[in-house]
Amino acid sequence: MSTKPTKGGTGMQRDGWEAVIGLEIHVQLNTRTKMFCGCEVTFGEPPNTHVCPICLGHPGVLPVTNEKAIEYATRIALAFDCRIADHTIFHRKNYFYPDLPKAYQISQYDLPLGIGGHLDVELEDGSNLRVGITRVHLEEDAGKLIHTGGTSGRIDGADYSLVDFNRGGTPLVEIVSEPEISTPDQARAFLTQLRSLVQQLGVSDVNMEEGSLRCDANVSVRRPGEPFGTKTELKNMNSFRFLHRGLEAEIERQIDALESGERIVQETVHFDPGTGLVSTLRSKEEAHDYRYFPEPDLTPIELDDTYVERVRSGLPELPAARKERLMAEYGLPSKDAALLAANKPLGDYFEAVAAATGDPRISANWVMGDLSAYLNVAGLEVSECAVSAESLAELLGLVRDGTLSGKMAKEVFETMTATGKSARTIVDEKGLGQISDAGELDAIVARIVAANPGPAEEFRQGRDRVLGFFVGQVMKETRGQANPQVVNDLLRAHLA
Amino acid sequence: MIADTGDCGRERAGDGSVLDVTTLTAYRCRQLLEDGEVSATELTRAYLHRIEAVDEAVQAYLLVDGAGALGAAAAVDAKPRAERLPWEGVPIGLKDIFCVKGMETTCASRILKGYVPPYDATIIAKLRAAGLIFLGKLNMDEFAMGSSTENSAFKTTRNPWDLDRVPGGSSGGSAACVAAAEAPWALGTDTGGSIRQPASLCGVVGLKPTYGVVSRYGLVAFASSLDQIGPITRDVKDAAALLDIIAGRDPRDSTSIGLSDPIGVPSRGDLEGLRFGVIKEFVGGACDPGVRDVFDSGVDAISMLGGVCEEVSLPSVERGIAAYYLIAPSEASSNLARFDGVRYGHRAAHSEDLLEMYTRTRSEGFGVEVKRRIMIGTYALSAGYYDAYYAQAQRTRTLIIQDFERAFSRFDFLVSPTSPTVAFKIGERTADPLAMYLSDLCTIPVNLAALPGISIPAGFSAGLPVGLQMIGPHFSERGLLNAAHAVEQKLEVDVVPPLVEVAG
Repeated sequence: MSTKPTKGGTGMQRDGWEAVIGLEIHVQLNTRTKMFCGCEVTFGEPPNTHVCPICLGHPGVLPVTNEKAIEYATRIALAFDCRIADHTIFHRKNYFYPDLPKAYQISQYDLPLGIGGHLDVELEDGSNLRVGITRVHLEEDAGKLIHTGGTSGRIDGADYSLVDFNRGGTPLVEIVSEPEISTPDQARAFLTQLRSLVQQLGVSDVNMEEGSLRCDANVSVRRPGEPFGTKTELKNMNSFRFLHRGLEAEIERQIDALESGERIVQETVHFDPGTGLVSTLRSKEEAHDYRYFPEPDLTPIELDDTYVERVRSGLPELPAARKERLMAEYGLPSKDAALLAANKPLGDYFEAVAAATGDPRISANWVMGDLSAYLNVAGLEVSECAVSAESLAELLGLVRDGTLSGKMAKEVFETMTATGKSARTIVDEKGLGQISDAGELDAIVARIVAANPGPAEEFRQGRDRVLGFFVGQVMKETRGQANPQVVNDLLRAHLA
Repeated sequence: MIADTGDCGRERAGDGSVLDVTTLTAYRCRQLLEDGEVSATELTRAYLHRIEAVDEAVQAYLLVDGAGALGAAAAVDAKPRAERLPWEGVPIGLKDIFCVKGMETTCASRILKGYVPPYDATIIAKLRAAGLIFLGKLNMDEFAMGSSTENSAFKTTRNPWDLDRVPGGSSGGSAACVAAAEAPWALGTDTGGSIRQPASLCGVVGLKPTYGVVSRYGLVAFASSLDQIGPITRDVKDAAALLDIIAGRDPRDSTSIGLSDPIGVPSRGDLEGLRFGVIKEFVGGACDPGVRDVFDSGVDAISMLGGVCEEVSLPSVERGIAAYYLIAPSEASSNLARFDGVRYGHRAAHSEDLLEMYTRTRSEGFGVEVKRRIMIGTYALSAGYYDAYYAQAQRTRTLIIQDFERAFSRFDFLVSPTSPTVAFKIGERTADPLAMYLSDLCTIPVNLAALPGISIPAGFSAGLPVGLQMIGPHFSERGLLNAAHAVEQKLEVDVVPPLVEVAG
């Protein structure tokens, strides 16, 4: 007996179970150089070409903190409305693994850079979910392992493993949410919102496929009102879709286990995108005691109010503020404003169109209607769209001045996306200009009324519906280019 | 094998005969070069000859880079004298814990056997820039863990004053090398006494600067919050000069600060107006009577120079060893984790899986004392023990710092014996780690408090050197070296060991 997991809303899973989800997100910063050395931060370069004694963990080397990374992490923390610690330090997280050259990761522990923030997430049903941000901290990334041979794709059983240290030492910001997410849908919405926010800060590429945005989840299930169940840490979800599917699979697995009387073991579980299943390939080296202690090679970081305010004043307008402004300035409904605020390029596009046309309502309808539909189908970002904000504004201008009907504008828009030509050019080339000239239309209307005395008589006797017949005739005559409003007015005059 | 060298000061050069380096200080070398009495090549050759003659007995060097040294010396000689820097052409010995680009650096450990650093430590770059000639790498306790140099994986260095005794440690190779005139001076490192204690046992000068005065970049880390690089020399003047060469804030070391002004040449001849606190806890029970006598004569000398000496108690320093043996191993357990066989150094052959490779590599690569400290440190940092051990040790460290702060509100400098005993016999303490750890009773608290400390020869007990430790407030190196210079001049200890050439 099971029912489909519900979307959003109550967060109830099947058979009266409830899931509790907290996310742990890693964001690779796009600083020029690595966290603790001068090597360039790169992606997709030949292996081990951006390395030095420091990021290779040679004997005797010392880390030096990248100030830009501190600034970027502060930006992120401020964007979540976190409190910035005036005294923050790095810790060493000790564990052996071939991708970790020093055998410890320089990270943060009990004095993270930012604590106690939140993120407001607009859910599909239009409601708002506020998720607490426990902490925001800085650390360094590990290298990348490539395993050859074996079947598991893991180091156990591989014939040999290669290490690429290009990524090693890249600045990472870890963002930990409170366990306040209760469905896979909410988790996806949260991550989407977070990604958009970080993107707007300009501090990361936040690309899940390339690994500059990574998400792990702590998952447990319980009966409503009961204390938290035992949680597992779900890893290896490298797309939004996999996050959703991984969470679904893990929640199902836990509910199944509990319903058949098993206990949940606190462990790391991996999502396999191939099978859609989660597995608990636990090996004994994973039983970590990280032996955290303060990193003695680095001095504490003191971020005073002046610094924090300087970073804050450099922040772009954040989605929450932009949403409020879009509602106030353009009179947009909350849902539209939220959508435009969450997608910075689209929001910018909208504002440019609105400014050029002076008509925010029509602009919003087009940007979120035809334009967004086109981008979705074509799989494009707004920055890649052949129709610039200026072009779209020109098109909307042609609608406003009556040159084009709404229907024709849609056709012209399609041609614009396909050819990149301007609306005006297309209208001229195709002779699409709407006939609004009353003099020109008057003769046509007069002729058609004269040629159809029967229907004219019907109309005069009160059968209003007959007007449609005449409109149709005029449109047929003008190949659809007649301005319907003008035609209406003229017909009524001639049929009076 | 051992005889009195008799007349010292025979210096001949320029005529093809071998220069006698037995008594040369670095300043004297510089002067000979400046005056054109010797060429850099002749000077270097003389030291290489000396090494060849006595190192079979002393075993100070792990690596002698004769070709590299002579090449560098020839380059100096090719330069017009007027264009040379002050110390250009003066040779130096290096503890094998500094990364020198292209020169094997092992920390006296099998795990780094064959490791050739791809970069220069900051101090090495500074020495190169100053034109010093690197004679080679000096023996030490493995990863600087030890007080006798017996923990070297490769050889046991002997004390030039008695070849059956240890030179102290961990910079035992550096101290023995300078005492035996196998280099005019050398660099060592001091984490809990590793410069001062061997300097004391070998009758030479050893200076541990304030934490942060010298960059640690390129120094293979033992305990990062305690390690400092410092000079081991024949006199205080040389120590000041070498510190001036290596000191300085380094952008590659976030914990480095440097000195606000160079030390210059210490010239103070009296101690008028200075107050000296004699640390009560270091002259009590643990101290050998013979050492105590020599120390007392040092205190008398200070008084005769016009210094006011008074006893001072620093009650927390007695917990220094306990705190040190938690903090230092904790940091070491993390610092030495990178020696995992993945990227460089030793890797055990034919392992079945990753864990076995790690385990066997490290089991084969590290010696007993290093393993002991890694285990202590791993334990002290473990979940559930951190508060009781590491955190507690840090609180003790704070108490020690406060004790010193209180003392320095009353005194300009503090004095104590450097080591509670003279050099002990090889093998005497190897079976008893705790007895070995007590060698650093008087030096460890100075590292915990990040203070500068110097050991100067104060006399002899049963024919073996005894060092006097002088400790100053943070960044007081200039005053400390001047005061030490005054005491050194007053004591007039003959620092040439009765070691003659045993070969050739």
